Amino acid sequence: MSEPVANASVARALAVALTVAFACALVVSTVSVGLRPLQKANLEAERRKQLEVVINALADIGQTQSIENLEARIVELASGRYDDTQDPATFNAESAINKPGTSMLIPAELDLAGIKRRALHARIYLVRNPEGATELIILPVWGRGYQSSLRAWLVLDGDTSRILALKFYEHGETPGIGARIQEPEWEALWRDAPVYDDSGVLRIGVRSRTGSASAEDSGYLIDGISGATRTTQGVDGLIRFWLGDSGFGPYLRRIREE
Amino acid sequence: MQNNYWKTLTRPLLDENPMTLQILGICSALAVTTSLDTALVMSLVVICVLALSNSAISLIRHQLPRSVRIIVQITIIASLVIIVDQLLKAYAFELSKRLSVFVGLIITNCIVLGRAEGFAMRNGVWASALDGIGNGMGYALILIIVGAIREFFGKGSLLNVQILIPTSQGGSFEPLHLMLLPPSAFFIIGGIIWFIRRKRPEQVEHPEFTLSPGEDAVTK
Repeated sequence: MSEPVANASVARALAVALTVAFACALVVSTVSVGLRPLQKANLEAERRKQLEVVINALADIGQTQSIENLEARIVELASGRYDDTQDPATFNAESAINKPGTSMLIPAELDLAGIKRRALHARIYLVRNPEGATELIILPVWGRGYQSSLRAWLVLDGDTSRILALKFYEHGETPGIGARIQEPEWEALWRDAPVYDDSGVLRIGVRSRTGSASAEDSGYLIDGISGATRTTQGVDGLIRFWLGDSGFGPYLRRIREE
Repeated sequence: MQNNYWKTLTRPLLDENPMTLQILGICSALAVTTSLDTALVMSLVVICVLALSNSAISLIRHQLPRSVRIIVQITIIASLVIIVDQLLKAYAFELSKRLSVFVGLIITNCIVLGRAEGFAMRNGVWASALDGIGNGMGYALILIIVGAIREFFGKGSLLNVQILIPTSQGGSFEPLHLMLLPPSAFFIIGGIIWFIRRKRPEQVEHPEFTLSPGEDAVTK
C-alpha cells in the first residue's frame, strides 16, 4: 500500500498531465487512422445492402438492374439542383443530419414526417436508358411510424408522374400489424400510383380510417392497413413530406420543367 | 496472497457488486439490456475498459500528483473507451450501431472512475487489473440477467433465437411490450437488489436518521 504523491510542484503536475495527454493522443489517433479503412468498408457494405433492396424492388416491377447501373447524385433540397461539389461516394447522410451547418430544423407545421431535422442535401439515385434520358428516380425517404423510424426507397418514374415502388428497408413496427408495410400485397398497391392530379397538385397519400380525406384527394389515395392506423398515418406523412415542397418537391419540379 | 487475489476478483460479483450494492452504472443498464446480445457485448466492453484503465492508472499512481489525478484518470478512461468504440465500429459494425452512444458513455460510467479512484490509486497493477475484471464481471452479471429477462419476456427469444412463438405469428405467447421499455429494467434491477439484500441482510443500508411523524406539523 502506498499513497499517491501528496505534495507536488506545479511543474511536475504539468509534466505528468502533458505526458499522459500526449501518450493518449498518440494511441487514439493511431487506432483511429489504422481502423478507418475497415470502418469505411463497413459503411460501404451497409449502403450496398440498402441498395440491394432497391434492386430487388426493381426486379419485382420487371426492371433488371445492378447496383453499378445506379447513378448516385447529390441534390440540394431547397433549390432542387444537383450539387456536384460533394462526392456521392463519401456523402454521409446520417452525420449530415446531426450537424447544424449541413442540416436544418423543419418548422413543426411543415413536419408531416415527424423527423424534426433534415439534411440540406440528399443522395439520390438515377437509372438512365441507353439514350441517356432518366428512366427511374430513386429517393431515400423516412419518417416516424407508430413506434419506430420508417426508412424506405421511393422509386418514381423518370417524368415523376407515377410511383413505381415504395420499399421499406428499416422499421421497428409491431410484427403482424404495422410491419405489414413490407408485405408484397401492400407494396403492390403503390405500383403505378399517380402522384399529381391533372393540374399538377400533389395528391398521393394513404387513406386511413380516422383521417378525413378531401374529395379531390380520395381518388389518389392508397388504401391503409387496417389495425395499423398510426403506421399508416406515418407512411402518409412521410410520402407527403418528401414529395412536397420541404422535401424533394423543388427537385422534382425541375425535372418536370427540363 | 493467492487467496487475496481470488477475493479481489470474486468479491465484486455478489458481496460488493457495484450495481446492486453501490447502485452505480444504472443508466447504461437501462439502455443496453433490451436484448441479450447487446448486454453481452456491453459487458465485455466494460470489463476490458475497467481492467485496462485500472492497470494503467495503477501503473502511474506514484507519478501522479494529487492535484491533477482525476483529470488524468478521465483522460486515460476516455482514450480507452474511444479505442474500444473504434474497434467495435471496425469489427462488429451491426452491434456497434445498436449500442450507439452507450459505448461512448462508458466514460461517464461511475463504476470505471470509482474503481480508478477507489482502488487503482492505492494498489498494485496486478491487483488493480483483477479488481477491474471483477467489477466488470459484477456489472456484467446484472446486465446479463436483466438482458435475458427482458428479451425472453419482451420478444420470446434469447440471443435472437425464437423460443416462444408470439400470437402475431400464430403462437400462444403474448409479448410483454413493457419489457422492451426502460422502466422494466428499473423493476428488474430493483427486484435483484431486493433479493440479494434479503439473502444477505448485511447489505441493507441503515437509515441515516429517523423521521418522527407529526413533529414537523406541530412546530410549524
